Amino acid sequence: MSENTTIVENATCTFCGCVCDDMELTVDLDEKRITKARNACVLGRAWFLEHRHQERPAALIDGREVSVEEAIEEAAQTLVKARFPIIYGLSDTTCEAQRQAVALADFLDGNIDTTTSVCHGPSGIAFQGVGESTATLGEVKNRADLLIYWGGNPAEAHPRHFTRYAVTPKGMFVPNGKKDRTVVLVDVRATPSTPVADIFIKVRPGRDFEVLWALRALVRGKPVDPGIEEVTGVPLATLEDLVERMKNCNFGVLFFGMGLTMTRGRHFNSGALLSLATDLNEFTHFVAKPVRGHGNVTGADNVVSWQTGYPFGVNFNRGYPRFNPGEFTTVDVLARGEADAACIISSDPASNFPRAAIEHLKRIPVITFDPKPTVTSELAHVAFTTATYGINVTGTAYRMDDVPIMLRPAFESPYPSDEELLRAITDRVRELRNG
Amino acid sequence: MLIKLANGTLYDPANGIDGEVRDLYIRDGRIAEPAGDEKVDQEYDLTGKVVMAGAIDLHTHIGGGKVTIARTLLPEDHRGDPMPRSELRRSSCGHVAPGTYYTGYRYAEMGYTAGFEPAVLPANARAAHMEMADIPMIDKGGYAMLGSDDFLLRMMAAGDDQEAINDYVAWTLQATQCIGIKVVNPGGISAFKFNQRSLDLDEEGPHYGQTPREILRRLARAVHELGVTHPLHVHGCNLGVPGNVDTTLRTIAGMEGLPVHLTHIQFHSYGTEGDYGFSSGAAQIAEAVNANPNVSVDVGQILFGQTVTASGDTMQQFANHSHANPSKWVCMDIECDAGCGVVPFRYKDQSFVNALQWAIGLEIFLLVDDPWRVFLTTDHPNGAPFMTYPHLIRLLMDRSFRNDLLATIHPQAQAMTTLASIDREYSLYEIAIMTRAGPARTLGLADYGHLGPGARADITVYTDQPDREAMFERPDYVFKSGELVVRNGEVVKVVWGTTHVTRPEYDRAIEKRLARYFDQYLTMRLDNFTMSDEEITEDGRGSITVHPTQGGSRQ
Repeated sequence: MSENTTIVENATCTFCGCVCDDMELTVDLDEKRITKARNACVLGRAWFLEHRHQERPAALIDGREVSVEEAIEEAAQTLVKARFPIIYGLSDTTCEAQRQAVALADFLDGNIDTTTSVCHGPSGIAFQGVGESTATLGEVKNRADLLIYWGGNPAEAHPRHFTRYAVTPKGMFVPNGKKDRTVVLVDVRATPSTPVADIFIKVRPGRDFEVLWALRALVRGKPVDPGIEEVTGVPLATLEDLVERMKNCNFGVLFFGMGLTMTRGRHFNSGALLSLATDLNEFTHFVAKPVRGHGNVTGADNVVSWQTGYPFGVNFNRGYPRFNPGEFTTVDVLARGEADAACIISSDPASNFPRAAIEHLKRIPVITFDPKPTVTSELAHVAFTTATYGINVTGTAYRMDDVPIMLRPAFESPYPSDEELLRAITDRVRELRNG
Repeated sequence: MLIKLANGTLYDPANGIDGEVRDLYIRDGRIAEPAGDEKVDQEYDLTGKVVMAGAIDLHTHIGGGKVTIARTLLPEDHRGDPMPRSELRRSSCGHVAPGTYYTGYRYAEMGYTAGFEPAVLPANARAAHMEMADIPMIDKGGYAMLGSDDFLLRMMAAGDDQEAINDYVAWTLQATQCIGIKVVNPGGISAFKFNQRSLDLDEEGPHYGQTPREILRRLARAVHELGVTHPLHVHGCNLGVPGNVDTTLRTIAGMEGLPVHLTHIQFHSYGTEGDYGFSSGAAQIAEAVNANPNVSVDVGQILFGQTVTASGDTMQQFANHSHANPSKWVCMDIECDAGCGVVPFRYKDQSFVNALQWAIGLEIFLLVDDPWRVFLTTDHPNGAPFMTYPHLIRLLMDRSFRNDLLATIHPQAQAMTTLASIDREYSLYEIAIMTRAGPARTLGLADYGHLGPGARADITVYTDQPDREAMFERPDYVFKSGELVVRNGEVVKVVWGTTHVTRPEYDRAIEKRLARYFDQYLTMRLDNFTMSDEEITEDGRGSITVHPTQGGSRQ
C-alpha cells in the first residue's frame, strides 16, 4: 500500500438497491484501489475492495483490440443496419447513462428494456393495475412497528436493510429499535433472514396468492375456510393472528421480493400484496414496498417512465413508445428470434437468460458495455470496457424507494463511462440516419 | 444579429402597452433598441398579428416523483396520444400525465416559455430537477415544499425563534435549487402519517401540537423576511371538502397582511348549501381577494374529461380514493419530509359536483377584479391537463361560448351558479397579464413576461381571430431567447431552458444542526441531500439563473 491515499466521505455504495450513502472509503491513489470501506456490509466491502484496476483493452471488435473511436463507429454502423435493435440491462449504471440509452433506442426505432423485466416487472404490472400505498425507507426507519418480509432474504441480498433502514435502527417513534417492532417473515423455507423474525410463516411453494387472498378476506371480516391450511400449509389461526397484528399496528410495512414476483402467480401475487396493504389503510397506516436488487434498477424504471411513459419493455418500432410486457421484454424478443442486434449495458444476460434467448443472442451482433469481462462480453461483436459507476463515475442512482442519491467517485478510470459512450454512439447514429 | 418583428400589435401590460402597433427588435437573445444605422438581418412582417411575451405557467406538475408515479400508473392514458419522433424531436407520449419531452414540446407549441413545478419535496428535489432537465424548450423552476416536515414541526414545537426558521427556509431553497416555498395541507401530511384523517386550521396536529394556522404564519413570515419575491405558495387545509370556503376565508384573515399566494383556490371555495350540501363559495372568495391586496390566487380550473390528480396532500388524496377512475391510486410517505398521492379522476359535466366545480372556477376568474392577482392554471393535471389552456382562455374571453356550455351541464349545477349573470369577458390585455406579466412579477423574474428593452426575447405571435381557442392553440411564431423555435404551432428548433432559483442569505450554523439531525434520524447524509449546481448544468443542456432577493434579505 502506498502513502498516497485519500479518504472519500459520504460515498455511495451502488451494489444493491439499498444505495447506502454513508461509506467512508480509503483510496490508494497509486495502486488505484480502495483499501477500506467503512460502514459497508459484506457485499459492499466486496464491491469496493475487489474493484481493481485491470489492464484491459478499452474496446474490442470480435476479440481484436481497437480504439474506442473505431468501436463507436462499428457499434453505430451495426445498430443502424439492424431492423430490430434492442437495448437491455441498465440497472447498474447511472441515470445519466440511462437517459442516453433511451435516446439511442428512440433514434434507432428500437426496443429498450431493463432488468426489471426479469425481477420486479410483475410488481410494475401489478402497480399499474391496483396502485400502491407506499413509503420511503426513512419513514420505515422512524415509524414502522410491524415489518413483514415476504419472499425475500435481505440478510443475504440486502444486509443493511435490517440494520440501517428497517429492523434494528432506533427511530423517532420507535425509540428502542427492534424492541419496538414486530418482524414477520413469510417464505417457503427458512433462510438466514429467518432468525431476525419474531414470527416465521412457512408457505407451501406456489401458494402465496392463496395466503394473501385469505388475509385480504380476513381483513375485510369475511370468513375463511379452515381448509386453507391444507392448501397453503398455513393454519387459519396463524393468519388470524397476523391480521390482528396488521390491523392494530401504528405503521405497518409489507416488503416483498422475487420469491413472490417470480413464482406461480407473478403479478397476481404482487397485486394481491399491494391490495392487502391498501385495504389495511381502512384500519391503520399501512404501506408496501418491493425490495429491489440492483443498485440503480429503480432509477432505470424512473428514467424510462418519465421519458416514454412506460417503465420497461418499451418499443419504438413505430416511431413512438409502445409498452407490452411479454411482447417487448427482452427475453421474449430474443427467444422468438426477433431482435437482430443487441446493446447490453452493464448486465450479463448470456449467463442468466433462458436458453432460447441466449441461443439467439449468439446469432446476432452484440455490443456490450461492462467494467469487467462477462459471459455476454465474450460473445460480443463490439465490447467496451467502461468505468464503474459509483467508484469511477459520478451521477445519480435511485434507492429502491425512489429516493435519488448522488454518487461520489473514489478515483478516475482510464475507461470511458457508459454515458459518454452512449452519447457518442447516439450522435453517430443520428448522423448516419439523417445523412 | 438584429431581428425585426415589424408592425405587430403588442400586448405588453408590464409596460402599459395595450394593443399598440409597434416594431420589436431582438439582439443577442434580448429585446433591443437598435442603434440608428444598425442593419436588420432578418425581418418578420407581423401586420395584423398579436404579439405577447412568452407565457409562464406558475403552477404545473411537470417534474418530481408524483408525476412519474402518475405516468407509470396510467399506461392506458398514453396509448391514445403517442408523439412520434422526427429528425428534430424525440418521441414521447401524452396525455394527462405526459412524458417530459411531450411536456416541453406541447407547452412551446402553445406559446409557453416557462413552467414552474409547485411541489418539490426537498428529499426528492433531485428527482424533480432530473425530470425537468429532460423537458426541452421551456424554462423551469420549483417551489420547495415545507410545512409537514419533521424538522420544521420539531423546531416550532421546541419554540425556535423566527430567525432560526428563516435560516432553515433559506437553506431549503439553496439545497433544493428552488425559487419559492410551497406549503401543502400545513401539518396535514404529517398528521396523516399518524393515521389522522383530517386537520382543520386551528386544530393542533399530532405529536408536535402545531396548528396549520401557526405553520402558515411562520412560513409566510420567513419567506417575507428573507426577501423571496414570490409569497408563500399555499395549498390550504381541507382541499375539496364542502364548507372549506370558511377555512379559506379564515386562512386569508390569519395571514394578518403578510403576502400569500393561495393556489388552485377553486378546490378551496366550496359551501354546503342546497340539496346536495355542496355550493359555490366563489363570491365570498373573490370578495376577500379583492379586499386583501396581500393575497394572490391561481384558480386550478377543472375541465371535463379524464385526468389524474397528483398532489403532496396525502390526507385529502386518501380521502378521495373512492372516487378514483380508473379505480387505482397511490399514496406515499416520503422521508419524514412530506408525501404524495396520485388518484386518477374523470370530471363529468353531468355530475352535479363536477359541473358546479367547473362553474365555481369560472366564477372566481370573473369575480376577482385585479388580473395581476389571479393566474390562469388548471393545476395541471389536477383540474385538467395543460393542453386545455386555449379552451379555458376562450371560456374567459367569450361570454356566449361560456353560456352555451353552461347550458349543457348538470341542470341543478346551472341553478346553483351565478355564472350566466356575469357579463365580464377578459380582454387580450388581461390575458397577457394573467399568463405573462403577472406570473413574472410575482415570481421576481424581472427580465421575463414583458417586451421592454433588455427583456429576455421570449415572444409569442398569434393570429388575431374570433375563436380564441383556435388562436391560442396554435401560435404563428414562438421565439425563445430570440431564436425561432415554433412556427405555425410546430417545433422547428429544439432548445433547452434555464432553471430559475433564488438564494437568500442565511446563517450557516443551521447546517451543523441539520447534519446532526440527518445523522440521527434520516437515511441520507446531508452532503448527499443538497443539490449542487453541477447536477443541473453538467450535461450541457441545463443552466441556472439566480434571481435576487428583495430588500428584506439579511446578511
